[in-house]
Parts: sequence; structure tokens; C-alpha cells
Amino acid sequence: MNLNDIQRVAEEENEFQRAYKYRINVCCSSGCVPFGAFKVLKAFEDAVKEFGVENICKVARTGCVGTCSVGPAVLVDPGEYLYQSVTPENVREIVQSHIVSGVPVKKYLYVNESYFRKQQRLVLRNAGKIDPTRIQDYISTGGYFALAKCLLIMTPQGVIQEIVSSGLRGRGGAGFPVGQKWSLVARASNTPKYIVANLDEGDPGVFANRTLAEADPHAIIEGMIIAGYAIGAQKGYVYIRSEYPLAIEALQKAIAQAKEINLLGDNILGTQHKFDLELRFGAGAFVAGEETAILMSVEGRRAQPRPRPPYPANQGLWNNPTLIQNVESLANAPFIILNGGTWFKSFGLPNCTGTKCFSLTGEINNPGLIEVPMGITLREIIYDIGGGIPNGKKFKAVLVGGPSGGCLPESVLEAQIDYDSLKSVGAIMGSGGIVVLNEDSCMVDTARYFTDFCIEESCGKCTPCRAGLARVKEIFDKITTGEGELNNIDILEEASEYIINASLCGLGQTAPNPILTTLRYFREEYLEHIVNKKCKAGVCFRHENGGGK
Amino acid sequence: MTEISVVSLKIDGVQVSVPEGTTILKAAKDNGILIPTLCDLEGLTPYGGCRLCLVEVTGSPKLFTACTTQVNPGMEVTTNSVRLKNYRKMAVQLLMSERVHMCAVCVANDHCELQALANQLGVDHVSFERHFTRETIDSSHDFLVIDRNRCILCTRCIRVCDKIEGVHTLDLKQRSKDTEVIMDLDESWGDSCSCTGCRKCAKVCPVGAIYIEGESATQTKHRDVAEFITERRKRK
Repeated sequence: MNLNDIQRVAEEENEFQRAYKYRINVCCSSGCVPFGAFKVLKAFEDAVKEFGVENICKVARTGCVGTCSVGPAVLVDPGEYLYQSVTPENVREIVQSHIVSGVPVKKYLYVNESYFRKQQRLVLRNAGKIDPTRIQDYISTGGYFALAKCLLIMTPQGVIQEIVSSGLRGRGGAGFPVGQKWSLVARASNTPKYIVANLDEGDPGVFANRTLAEADPHAIIEGMIIAGYAIGAQKGYVYIRSEYPLAIEALQKAIAQAKEINLLGDNILGTQHKFDLELRFGAGAFVAGEETAILMSVEGRRAQPRPRPPYPANQGLWNNPTLIQNVESLANAPFIILNGGTWFKSFGLPNCTGTKCFSLTGEINNPGLIEVPMGITLREIIYDIGGGIPNGKKFKAVLVGGPSGGCLPESVLEAQIDYDSLKSVGAIMGSGGIVVLNEDSCMVDTARYFTDFCIEESCGKCTPCRAGLARVKEIFDKITTGEGELNNIDILEEASEYIINASLCGLGQTAPNPILTTLRYFREEYLEHIVNKKCKAGVCFRHENGGGK
Repeated sequence: MTEISVVSLKIDGVQVSVPEGTTILKAAKDNGILIPTLCDLEGLTPYGGCRLCLVEVTGSPKLFTACTTQVNPGMEVTTNSVRLKNYRKMAVQLLMSERVHMCAVCVANDHCELQALANQLGVDHVSFERHFTRETIDSSHDFLVIDRNRCILCTRCIRVCDKIEGVHTLDLKQRSKDTEVIMDLDESWGDSCSCTGCRKCAKVCPVGAIYIEGESATQTKHRDVAEFITERRKRK
């Protein structure tokens, strides 16, 4: 397959799709499948046949539309009519009215314009619009043209330069400049070089990477081939959690299709470039998402981080130079190449460009998968996109950055979404989880809960994380069962500082964030628990032993 | 002869020169500055787990483990700031509180590196609640015994078994505070088909977790064994 072939596939596919007047996109992502998305898909296929409109209406299985709380979601084009909570029973009504008579069924429509208004969909531009199981769908939206541009007219240095000029920073949490990482691996002299795409998204309440893989697996693959060309790697691994069956299936299909038409393998697009891709399955350890632990796991060993330096850019997989990149960062690469780094800079902030996908969950009216430009404030995300707190309850805190993120109060909701601003208020970008808590949550208990998660997931290698977190949790158990003492707070602070500074990897270095932020913003709750033995939210002191959970 | 390039750096204000590729730990030791360690052992692959050898490097907000970090030209290393001393005390206290470390009834009493460190660092109390775990004691082997309650998970035994003896009988199972040293696929030591009974695990164990039945720690402990064998192999 060469460039002409790709263009031909795109034209044929576009023509094929133009033949249909309507297109019904049924979200079959892991948010909608439990609500019966596959049954709805089948019902649409049957109904379209029943009404004899299969020639003007295409029913497609797609990835996530973003409105995960009102699944199964169905998007009808043209016009982007979004139906919510569709059941197989009301499918016939929708087809009859919308497709046959041309009148959208208002009562089933998702009416919440603000949810999408402040979002900017770059990485998720195809999510919910294309069928992830068909490579033609991806190619028809301009897919693999960036790869062709790289291989046919750009030099590897040129590709890296484009990524550097885009200002893209790693979306895995730490925010290391992507272009700089690529050039570090490109400069390393050893061969072979490897790429590892990180899809080990293990945080509770986070599903952004998973949904991306389910909705648009080819974007990840294209990003990896481009990165491979730029850094001189011919082998890539996608490290994915085995708990993500739909995403695994989507990626497996996508890899097979790409291999079939020679977008993976030898002589890609008729050039000298080789690239091969394999999936590696995680066994359920959160720590395996850490940069060096993921390498151990890909090599088939116990997922334990190792100290850096040496950095993976020089000594990674089997001691060879390795590029480890979150899948969201990789999925950014194709359209940066296609439109240029300068174009990408028009999104987000000058020093923090582009967009970020977040899983918005917790006590909020519109939970779901969102993609927002950098620089948007937390308030806008929670109130404009998320629609505020349900049931007339009051906002209490928002946890940004997963289990090792920070619990932020109302007073810092004007904080912008970018790596540095979040850090200054005590949170992290992390893997992109935003969990909203209302007044029914006790902040001491919340900190205890997330500490518990990090203890469970600590690999046990280094003393601060293994032993330190366990002792910290015991202090929490005391506070939440009424045995707290005033000096507990000092010990918590001292131990947290030690764990952050002395731990080996990112897990330990960020695990005390919920503790420190709750102590910073909600100290009075700790005092209330310790001195008055009272829990305002009524969460603690309910059990004789153990407290809380 | 190939030329070895020399790196100059400052450790605790003292200008030192060491061959390229030396770790901070070795560079300090060769110049008379002792950095406390537990998991590190010469002759074995550095591990970086105990976090006792953390040092400050001027210009970096992060701390580095001296055992795994190689020297860079012009580096300025601090090994004994107040903060580092506190962190080391904290690490020893945490290790002491984690499992059963009752020196008076321990086979390694007076020959224990954790005990010696506690003395050296002035750890006179443990400010966390101590845990008296009930991990299994495996004495099924003819003469080797493992008491997991005394284990500090330094993995010296695992590394010596893998790298020096070359059989990899020992490894870890589980994670977090439940991490345990196991034999083969979690079999009892007596049933292990790969263990050669070489005793090196007992020789290098810094505490009293692995010991030899009926033998005093004075007889057993021989922490230089890994370095000795590694050096001998180089001569071949």
C-alpha cells in the first residue's frame, strides 16, 4: 500500500458514506455496554431493515460520545442529534420518526448544550463518529495521512522538530515535553530502540485512555509508527490492562487491519521504514503504569520500579533506548504532524499547549469523558461542563489527578488546568481523573481511602512507600475511630514529607498528596475529629473497629 | 592500556576524583565518607530499595540513592545534612516498626546491620506503633531457616541467589506490606528443587531473617562473599 492507495481508500469510503443520508452512531464503549448498547445496536440494525431505510441510513458501532452517565448514547448525523438512554424498545420510534419522517424525537434527545460547548475535541475528534473496528473509517477522516507525510516528505529530525515546536507535553501526568523525550531517544546510540505506549490506567474513576483506545485505536497506532520513524525504533509495545477487554479487542483488530494493508510491518507505504507492534497485558498492578515498572512488566518480570538514572531514554527495555509515552500523547502526534506545531499552539495556553482528556466523575450532574483546552478553570469544568452538584447538595471538594492527586476546595476552583497551576495548589495532572465530592463526604475519610488505595498498590520495594504509608494509614484509623491525638497531625505531616521526598517512584512520591491537601484546606475537619470526636459528614465513628470502610 | 577518564566532584565539600562510572556511594567510601546502606552490597546489582543512602545533589530538588547514581563531573554531593539524617532515622524506625524486630531474642543480635544502623544513627525509640506480624517461619530445609517476621525486604538473598549462585531459587511474592521472600513457586524450602544449599543467602542477610540452624550468626554472616566471588570470577 502506498500513498495513492490510502487516498483511494479514503475517497471510496467517503463516497460510500455519502451514499447514506443518515448515519446512526451507537456508542459501544465500556460506559454504554453495561446499559445494553449492543442490544440497542442490534435493534437499530433490525429497525432500519424493517422500515426499509437501510439504503439511506447507515448504522455504525462507534466509540464513546462522552456522555457516559446517560448511556447507551446514540448520535444521529447529519445534525449531531444525540439521543440518551436509548433502549431497544424505543429504537423503532426513533427510526420511524427521525429517519423515515425526518423529525427528531425530542423527548429522547440529550439537552445539555453546555456539556459540549466548553470542550475542544482534538484527541477525541473521532470518538463516537467513526467505527473503531474499520480502518477505512479512520482513513476517511484523514487517518494515516500524517504517517504518509512523515515517511514520504519529512526527515526524522523534521518530525521531532514539529513535535518540539508544538509544545506538547506528556499526558501521562508528569508533563515532560514530548519532543524533548523523542530527541533524547533519537540521540541515544544503542540499537534496537523500542517504544512502549502506556495504557495501564489503573486509577479508580479514570477511564480516559481506555475510552480513547476503544473509540479510536488507529490514532494510537499511527502515533506510534510516527514516533518509531522519528526516533529510529522498529518495535513497539502497547501495555494495556487486561481488565480492559473492549479496548484490547479494538486494538487487536486495529493492529491486524494495519498489518493487512502494510501500515505495520516491513516497507511501510513503500518506504524503507519498518515498524511492528505487539500488545502486552498488565496483570492488574497500578504501579505497572510507572515508567520503569512498565519496562519490567513488558520484559516479563515483576513490575517493580527501578531508580533513575539511568533513564529509559538510554537504558530501557532490555537495556536499550526506549520511548515510553502515554497513549494520549501519542494520539496527539498525527494531527500535529498534519497541521503543524504552530497550529497546535493555538489550542490551550502558550506554555501549556493543546487539550487534555479527563474522566469527570463523582457527585456531579453530567459525569463523562471530556476533553478541554489547557487553561480552562476547574470551576468551568465542574459547573459549566459538569452541570454542578446534583440534588441541591453543596460542593465540598474536587480530587484532581487520581488517587494521588489533591483534594481542592471551593476557594481554589479558579485554578487553571495546566501542569504548573495544578501543582501550585497541591494537585497533579495525573492520569486525568476529576472526582467531585459533595458535603456528604468527610475529607479525613477521603484521605484515608486514597491512602489505603496507594498502600494496596505499593509494590513493596522501598521503605517509605511500603512501611511509611502503612503507618500513616494506622494514624488515620485512629483519627476516624475517635482515638486520635493532637500530635497525630504533626506525625502525618512529617511522614508525608518523608514519603514524598524519599520514595523511589511516582507512586510514593505523590501518594501523600490527598493527605497534605486535606490538611492544607480542611484542617478544621481533622481537629473536629480529634478534639470533638465529631464527623460533620457523618461518615466516621460508625464502626467499632477499623472506621469507614 | 586504555585510558580511564577521571571525574572530579565534591562530596561534603571535599574535592575528590574517581574513575568514570563510579557510584556516589563508592566514590564517597573510597574517600573515607561512609554513607549508611542496608540493601546495597558490593558484588550485587544495586537495588535502591531501603532509601538509607539518599544524598542531596546541589541543583536538583530530588534526592538520589548513592548506591545507584553514577558520579558526574562537577557534581556537589551532600551526604549528611540534617534533613538526610532525619530521613535515615525515619527509615530505620519504619523498618523497625514494620515487623518483629526484638533484638534480645534474635539470632542476629549484635551481628545485625539494622541494629547497628539504629545505634549509629541514634534511633533510641520508634515513634510508630510496632507490629508483631505472624508471618510464616520455614524450617523445612535441612539447615537453612527463614523467619519472615525479621525480613526487611532488602532482597540481598534474592540477588545473591540469582547473580552469584545463579539458580534464582528465591524471589518475591505479593506486594506492599504483604511482600514476602519465597522459594521457587512458593514452595517450602525443603521441597525446593532448585536450591543448592549454598548458604550465601544466610551469609548476606543483614538481619536475622535467614540463618543456619544450630550455627551462631558470628559463624554464618559473611557479607563479603558476593564481592569475593565476583572478583575471583573476573580473574579467570
